[in-house]
Amino acid sequence: MSNVFIAFQSNEDSRPIIEAILADNPHAVSVHSPGLIKIDAPDELCIKRATIEEIIGRRYDLQEIHVSLVTLSGYIDEDDDQFTLSWKH
Amino acid sequence: MSTVALGNYEFAPKDVRQNFPAPLLYIGWEDHLLFCAPVCLPLPGETPFAALASTVLPGVYGAHPDFARIDWSQVLWFKSGQPWQPDSTKSLQENGIGHKDVIRFRTPGLTGIGGSLS
Amino acid sequence: MDTRVSKKKLGLKDRYTAMTRGLHWDTTYQPMDKVFPYDTYEGIKIHDWDKWEDPFRLTMEAYWKYQGEKEKKLYAVIDAFAQNNGQLGISDARYVNALKLFIQGVTPLEYYAHRGFAHVGRQFTGAGARVAAQMQSVDELRHYQTETHAISHYNKYFNGMHHTSHWFDRVWYLSVPKSFFEDAYSSGPFEFLTAVSFSFEYVLTNLLFVPFMSGAAHNGDMSTVTFGFSAQSDESRHMTLGIECIKFMLEQDPDNLPIIQRWMDKWFWRGYRLLTLVAMMQDYMLPKRVMSWKEAWEMYAEGSGGALFKDLARYGIREPKGWKDACEGKDHISHQAWNTFYNYNAAAPFHTWVPDDEELAWLTEKYPETFDSLYRPRLQYLREQQAIGKRFYNNTLPMLCTTCQIPMCFTEPGDATKIAYRETEHLGDKYHFCSDHCKDIFAHEPEKYVQSWLPVHQIYQGNCFKPGTDPSQAGFDPLAAVMDYYEVKVGEDNFDFEGSQDQKNFNEWRGDDGLGEDE
Repeated sequence: MSNVFIAFQSNEDSRPIIEAILADNPHAVSVHSPGLIKIDAPDELCIKRATIEEIIGRRYDLQEIHVSLVTLSGYIDEDDDQFTLSWKH
Repeated sequence: MSTVALGNYEFAPKDVRQNFPAPLLYIGWEDHLLFCAPVCLPLPGETPFAALASTVLPGVYGAHPDFARIDWSQVLWFKSGQPWQPDSTKSLQENGIGHKDVIRFRTPGLTGIGGSLS
Repeated sequence: MDTRVSKKKLGLKDRYTAMTRGLHWDTTYQPMDKVFPYDTYEGIKIHDWDKWEDPFRLTMEAYWKYQGEKEKKLYAVIDAFAQNNGQLGISDARYVNALKLFIQGVTPLEYYAHRGFAHVGRQFTGAGARVAAQMQSVDELRHYQTETHAISHYNKYFNGMHHTSHWFDRVWYLSVPKSFFEDAYSSGPFEFLTAVSFSFEYVLTNLLFVPFMSGAAHNGDMSTVTFGFSAQSDESRHMTLGIECIKFMLEQDPDNLPIIQRWMDKWFWRGYRLLTLVAMMQDYMLPKRVMSWKEAWEMYAEGSGGALFKDLARYGIREPKGWKDACEGKDHISHQAWNTFYNYNAAAPFHTWVPDDEELAWLTEKYPETFDSLYRPRLQYLREQQAIGKRFYNNTLPMLCTTCQIPMCFTEPGDATKIAYRETEHLGDKYHFCSDHCKDIFAHEPEKYVQSWLPVHQIYQGNCFKPGTDPSQAGFDPLAAVMDYYEVKVGEDNFDFEGSQDQKNFNEWRGDDGLGEDE
């Protein structure tokens, strides 16, 4: 079992994304360092558009995460509704 | 030719002897890592081996406090990493030193700054 | 009145496919292998390009939109930094030398990457791969531009940044990144992706960007931090291209496995050696330190890299041949590299110095098994020499490794008191290397590395003087002539930080009231 991770700039745009990730991925752990929030999760992490929309109260294009995304680790699967990182062992 | 290429991939080596005014010699002083790496010097083949200790190396290594304490009669020499006994009365070339050879010397008992091998 | 019919929207995957692969055609007026002459010669067998899975699905429209937003935010930060004299808020002026190393040695690689991806973006027969490479080419040009913009502000106030394009092609240590990238982009398209997208931009990238940018944050340089995070998000797309390319090649034909493994071995090691400069920056050039090179290596290489190679094991891939030696080196390479630049600071357009006592204590803490026995004594000696006016400069040119082109400062794995020497003979000439792995790289493609433009050798060949220079003239000073050829401003760009213009200026600007608080 290995961790996937995703890291965002620490700003107002990424705040709802982080909240959504932590809500939808109970095993995810976030660490805050200057300017950066890194989230680690065992094996898989899923970002859901619907959860973000619920938090911010407007329509959200999941590709908006690119504006605050810093880096990630794991295989990506994305469509209009979800963005998932995973390791296939 | 082991480089995978579309056509013939062969170019003149950049560092052949004739491109230099003299053969290159690499020299390293073991256990003295204050000097970050071995050095590279073009030295004519006729250079007497003894000139290393008397003329060349003081300019390279003289700043180190151990250098003045070297007993050249006790120095151990290595060529390509193997123990080697050069004849200090002969030239570099006569001692079998050629272009891009590497020699090292160890000065027994001298262990660098505070014994740290620097 | 007609009932309004709402058109069903294509999902993201289908949209992307339609706009990329959907626009591809196989040529008929000319045979495909004439139009795409480079994508089979490396021996990589591709049977079905339709199996290529697009790593990221940004259509051009989405790309411009989100990249444009990122640019607006980034340039606003850069502008604000300039307007507010942000350079006065850095921890101290020694920090700027990390930026000098960056603009001299990293930024030019962005431009090379731009060129390299433009090339491979034309050469794959698979449209998905071509599009991904073309987008990356635009990203890399963006990085070159944004880095130059961000750091150009510092160029108004500090030395060592004014002539980086000229230096990249000439100055001795810059042949290390230059030769690295020229090796990559003179390779075929599949090797290029393995070298850059996978080995550098997946396995090793976080070691360059994330700690460095955290270092910038800790030292009051929000402009660079912001650039770094903004670029790294592009890098996450690049990373996924790298991993997709590897997966795709491995799944297409088992015959590809040994070729890819060899490339991974080569490029992991070449990338690791290149990162020596970053290791040194992290441990020595950040007045406010974040984490040690050793810690960064453990987090980003051993941690993430470990997970990656576990995952690739199902294809038959093993960890790169040099992995263990790279891990062993984590305790040493930063100290060895700093010593190299300290030795040769007369010839390098940035400053070096001996760390102060607090910094030495930090190094002891981070390297408990080695620092006090191997590295502290010489640093303290160097400080003592400087105090009595005998600042040590090595005045003899070093021996370089033929493959990585770094001075032979690396030691035997397992014995950090012994310089590692390796040699081989090829067509009657001797060649020397810093390690088994650089030697193996040479052995596999000697025709490439006999062409190495080794700065020390080029100087001795007389190729590093300006036209019209006469070495036979009385009083000829070869070092001065080389510095003239480099167009390095002697006494301004080079030598120790102590007594430098940077130091004097910064103290004057900050004054005694300590404008710009420490964190």
